[in-house]
Amino acid sequence: MIKLGIPSKGRLMEDTFAWFSKRGVTLARTGSDREYAAEVSGVEGVSLVLLSAGEIPRELATGRIHLGVTGTDMVREKIPLWSEKISPLAEMGFGHADLIIAVPNFWSDVETVGDLDAVAAAFRKDHGFRLRIATKYHRLVREYLQKQGVADYQLVDSQGATEGTVANLTAEAIADITSTGATLEANHLRMLSDGPILASQATLFASKVADWADCDLASLTRVLGLENPDIGECR
Amino acid sequence: MDRVRQQTERLSRLFRDAGAVPVETSVLQPADTLLDLYGEDIRARAYVTSDPVLGEQMLRPDFTVPVVQRHMEEGAEPARYTYQGLVFRKQEAGTGRASEYTQVGYEVFDRTDPSGADAEVFALFAKALEGVALDAFTGDIGILTAAVAGLSTTERRRSALLRHLWRPVRFRALLERFSLPATRLVPQLVSDVPEIGLRSSAEVDARLAALREDAQTAPLDATELHALQAILEISDVAPNALANLRKIAGDLPAISGALDQLEARLSALASRGVDVDRLNFSGAYGRTTMEYYDGFVFGFHADAQVPVATGGRYDALTRVLGQGREIPAVGGVIRPELLETLT
Repeated sequence: MIKLGIPSKGRLMEDTFAWFSKRGVTLARTGSDREYAAEVSGVEGVSLVLLSAGEIPRELATGRIHLGVTGTDMVREKIPLWSEKISPLAEMGFGHADLIIAVPNFWSDVETVGDLDAVAAAFRKDHGFRLRIATKYHRLVREYLQKQGVADYQLVDSQGATEGTVANLTAEAIADITSTGATLEANHLRMLSDGPILASQATLFASKVADWADCDLASLTRVLGLENPDIGECR
Repeated sequence: MDRVRQQTERLSRLFRDAGAVPVETSVLQPADTLLDLYGEDIRARAYVTSDPVLGEQMLRPDFTVPVVQRHMEEGAEPARYTYQGLVFRKQEAGTGRASEYTQVGYEVFDRTDPSGADAEVFALFAKALEGVALDAFTGDIGILTAAVAGLSTTERRRSALLRHLWRPVRFRALLERFSLPATRLVPQLVSDVPEIGLRSSAEVDARLAALREDAQTAPLDATELHALQAILEISDVAPNALANLRKIAGDLPAISGALDQLEARLSALASRGVDVDRLNFSGAYGRTTMEYYDGFVFGFHADAQVPVATGGRYDALTRVLGQGREIPAVGGVIRPELLETLT
């Protein structure tokens, strides 16, 4: 039996249901609205597991589920060496979100990450501490800034309402996921012009470490019209 | 395991016989000192833990910082120290590198004879590693620093380059930008957008003024730029490298003082029995891995990427940690686990 993990609520769940349904596989919640149970029709041998979207990468990486729907950003932030454990099957065309760095809109001297670096040097001299960037994507942001050769910054943890940290004086800049940029604008922030750190969208991933014995992935990918992935011993 | 312990003991004895006083340091080090020195990158390399009373702590990623601090607080001069123990480094997943390993180190604090101290440390390490199939590489960050400091451009551009000496990507980007006529249109301070955050509009304005001034700056002199690049490309046996650097100094005379030091170091090395005619010297050696070294740098490498021993001069580090005081310092570490795999 293939275990398919999908987000348990909200827009992401609805879009996932719609994506599968368009391909002839019906996913549906059963029981009450509050019960996390679901069923699959249109293909044999698949069971649904409803999970919090943030847990799906880890469940895939440990092989407790065979397939899962989550964002590229989550997989890259949470799973070291993700490509050895997880293989993307299909980009699903929704849940688009870019991980970006944003600065106060009135910083007319800052356009690029190079400007941010220069500002960080001056800021440290003026204020006696490193320029703070609020984010929950520590790994991705640090790797990006290190590769870009940025110095004199520090990351401060922000698990929510990150766009508010600058006005609240707990950070000078932010790195966060944005889809339309509306929240940034409302908070008087503007993204750097270098482009996103990562462009993410909802993706159907397959676990390379799950036990694929007694799983008929070929039938499922045929119904969905996908290429069979390279996941080692998969049949 | 026993053989690693024997190796560690052998190195430690050798360093003690050379006059070093054994010192010990805590495994837990205050994170703020290290963060201040190395920046956010250290979080990706060191294990961070927290204590309700002491605050954020790091498992010691090296001995140099605590040994320097200790010397600055209580040491007499000149001083030689040795230490042995575990250091802890997070490694990128999949590299298979050890995240916990032994270092045996030797550090010299001596303001009378820098070239002699450089040679003393290198020769001692060469002796400690005698008979092992290793290649020694040397370099000198001081020459690079002098080269950048000697560029005929604005102070702002020189310090921007110096700040990124250890980050080749940003350094190259800066060099490229400074080599071309400025095309950037510097905007005005905007007034219709709310000012938010700690960084004030005065700070924005000050940088806009700096950008405007920079836009008027002439591109870097092509001869000097070429000289700087030539330094980075040098890779030869030490006497040839020195001869080439002397030629480069014709275009960039500011490096002459640093070259005199290199020459003095080479003769000090020769007088200690090091075969300098076969010693490798690279202009870019030590540029990416050893941020606090600012003069002589060296490493002993087998085929593997990770060097068995590394070291160098770190005068500036003592200045940062000494809060106004400083002392020229040079030293290095050997990794007995790696050494043991080769013998």
